[in-house]
Amino acid sequence: MRGVFTVALAVAWRVLHNVFTTPTLLIPSLLFPLFFFTAFAGGLSRVSEVPGFDYEPGYTAFQFVFVLLQSAAFGGVFTGFGIARDFESGFARRLLLAAPRRGGIVLGYAMAAVVRWLVTASVLTVVALFAGVKVHGGAVDLFGLYGLALLVNVAALLWSAGVAMRFRTMQAGPVMQMPVFLVLFFAPVYVPLALLQGWIEAVASVNPATALLESGRSLLAGQPEHVPLAFALGGALILAFSAWAFRGLRRAEAAGG
Amino acid sequence: MALAEQTAQLARRSVIRTARQPANVIGPFVFPLMLLAVNAGGLNPAAQLPGFPTDSFLAFALAVPFIQGALFATMNAGTDLARDIQTGFLNRLSLTPMRSIALLGGQLGGAVVMGLTQALVYLAVGLAVGVRIESGVLGAVVLILLSALIVLAFGALGAFAALRTGSGEAVQGLFPVLFVGLFLSSMNMPRNLIEIGWFQTVATLNPVSYLIEGVRSLIIEGWNPEALALAFGVAVAIGVVGLTASSWALRERLTRT
Amino acid sequence: MVEAGRNGIEVERLVRVFKGDIRAVDGIDLEVAPGEIYGFLGPNGAGKSTTVHVLTTLLPPTSGRATVAGFDVVREGPKVREAIGAALQEAALDPLLTGREHLRLQTSLHGLPRAERGARTDELLERVGLTLAADRKVKGYSGGMKRRLDLALALVHRPRILFLDEPTTGLDPQSRTALWQEVGRLSHEDGVTVFLTTQYLEEADVLADRVGIIDHGRIVAEGTPARLKAEIGRPTVEAVPHEAGDLAAVAGVLEHFGERAPGPPEAVSVRLEQGEEELADIVRALDAEGLRVARLAIHAPTLDDVFLAKTGRSLEGAAAEDEQQAAEPVSA
Repeated sequence: MRGVFTVALAVAWRVLHNVFTTPTLLIPSLLFPLFFFTAFAGGLSRVSEVPGFDYEPGYTAFQFVFVLLQSAAFGGVFTGFGIARDFESGFARRLLLAAPRRGGIVLGYAMAAVVRWLVTASVLTVVALFAGVKVHGGAVDLFGLYGLALLVNVAALLWSAGVAMRFRTMQAGPVMQMPVFLVLFFAPVYVPLALLQGWIEAVASVNPATALLESGRSLLAGQPEHVPLAFALGGALILAFSAWAFRGLRRAEAAGG
Repeated sequence: MALAEQTAQLARRSVIRTARQPANVIGPFVFPLMLLAVNAGGLNPAAQLPGFPTDSFLAFALAVPFIQGALFATMNAGTDLARDIQTGFLNRLSLTPMRSIALLGGQLGGAVVMGLTQALVYLAVGLAVGVRIESGVLGAVVLILLSALIVLAFGALGAFAALRTGSGEAVQGLFPVLFVGLFLSSMNMPRNLIEIGWFQTVATLNPVSYLIEGVRSLIIEGWNPEALALAFGVAVAIGVVGLTASSWALRERLTRT
Repeated sequence: MVEAGRNGIEVERLVRVFKGDIRAVDGIDLEVAPGEIYGFLGPNGAGKSTTVHVLTTLLPPTSGRATVAGFDVVREGPKVREAIGAALQEAALDPLLTGREHLRLQTSLHGLPRAERGARTDELLERVGLTLAADRKVKGYSGGMKRRLDLALALVHRPRILFLDEPTTGLDPQSRTALWQEVGRLSHEDGVTVFLTTQYLEEADVLADRVGIIDHGRIVAEGTPARLKAEIGRPTVEAVPHEAGDLAAVAGVLEHFGERAPGPPEAVSVRLEQGEEELADIVRALDAEGLRVARLAIHAPTLDDVFLAKTGRSLEGAAAEDEQQAAEPVSA
């Protein structure tokens, strides 16, 4: 176990060092969530006047939860881009050769994704508070909200890592990104699930992201709903994508990196 | 060899190259329609807002893919031109009797052909899912022409970025800027219903709003001379700026005697 | 002075300066006779490609004069371009087009009549051995195939003068030889004047009628390969002593046979005054002093020796220096 953590820490340190010293990697991952927050909360605030929209903390808070989860998901995907880049450049081969416990490599990337997202989440939270987001939940509720986002971040990273290790090229970027984008946006992004109709309502009802999103919003509102289900879903996604990622690692090993 | 024939040959090449890169086909065709489906589904309740100009959010949102498609055309035109510079293919063309303006004309001509094709697809999809074009057949023709003009205008900006920098990465770096420009507009909400003051101001100053509103007016209103005049005016203005800048950049880039 | 006329090249005091006062071409004079193959030899960064870019009108000179095919490269650019073909350092191909599509585009841009384009395309594909691969996208071509297509594109409009900028860099020996044969045929059978830049000694030696050696933007030597080597003249003997401590003693013996020449630090190199026939005497002299050598070699003069004599550096050493500089990590 110690060997796994040693490898993981080394891999995580390198990824974080690269990200935090390379503005072209750091700045987009900070700016995009802020941009979406601005565009959705700023441009669409009138949506809160739609009959039946009754989210107490208001539309800004409503969108903050979505953007928080979106930033977590895309934070995982961006780290996945880095993995693909490492394979394409040959650096991953170096890691595979050097690491005594290769499972630590995946763990290291996951740790880096989490730290990276925590920075993004901090910036987003500060901006949201300045923008007047109303927090009706208590400390435990907020802990639950950020916990859910963390699960999303890890799940997205593991999905992207699995893709990256199978394709081993930056051209797999869209394959990593598009499904995450679709899962996020086929959820109640702009209005609660109860106000959706037609095909989008049908899709959103079975979309696991919906449970995570609605539960997160309920936590911010201080009226937790379906929280155990949301955490169970998040955990299940992590388990499933862990298997996906580790199988990807085996494929990469078999291909010689 | 006549300028027209040179331009046609280079435009033909531009179209062939785009068609042979699946990502360049999927992006402009699939992604805007996906976003349309997601936004139209998720924001449909917004059509119930007092003062919303139509009772179908889908009809309201159909204008957006035409502008998004232009964004993709910009990136493709610019990236292809940058690649020609980086690979030295531009030097090869410079050594022929090709007139420099044919190079720009060919690249933009190819982009316009793709843009027209995209516009026809978006229109067909819109009609297929039940959107009614209030301005009729003539309005649809005007819509296609306006689309082509918008593609030409944005394509010229992409060509300028490519010729000025000679770098595909720099052209790709334009994408977030244009994407932000698209979102900070009346893309998802009529300007008069944008509640947040600063956002409404930005959307009012944003030329993209007038392009969207011009296209939108043909779909949901019929004939709105003011909206059309503004849309054509903005497209022509962007086009003039883009073509002037890219012609200048082409002169600087092609230092042949 | 050579009568350059329709097929020749004349260059007078040509200078090209880049930003930062980088004098890539620093006052060169040269003449290429019609029908000649002129080899422009030098290490990376010597100014070869810049010279080619100026002569092919892609870059204006900072000062000086050049005429290609009788036309001034500054004032009569379009006429120069009509008369020349060029295969530059990058293969400059579009990976998404097929070989045939490249040629069709080139024929149309050069204004060949529509009726001729197909036939000319087929003819060139046949000539460079790409008929079977003609309808495959260039991204699937090998390096040698790309170079051949590059050459075919340069020949579309039957140019009188052909510029080839390092045409065989990165090619395998077989592809290289095939390209040399084609270049030789163009010159000797079709009368095309060829201006060829290279960093390969053998290429200049084998292919070129005359060679100009360029270093740091200036021509340091010019002439036929045979004459240049004869100027250096005499062979060099190189001895590596068995014991490193005997270096001075070996040098003392060898210096009786000729003057010391530059060479590797662990060896003694001497340019022989008489010639190869002195080798036996050298061996006897070393034996008489009880000196054992690990290696004793005799080198006939090469173009590298010419470069060495003129610049104090080996052309091959200059190439290795460039590779080392390129490999060194940039400090943060």
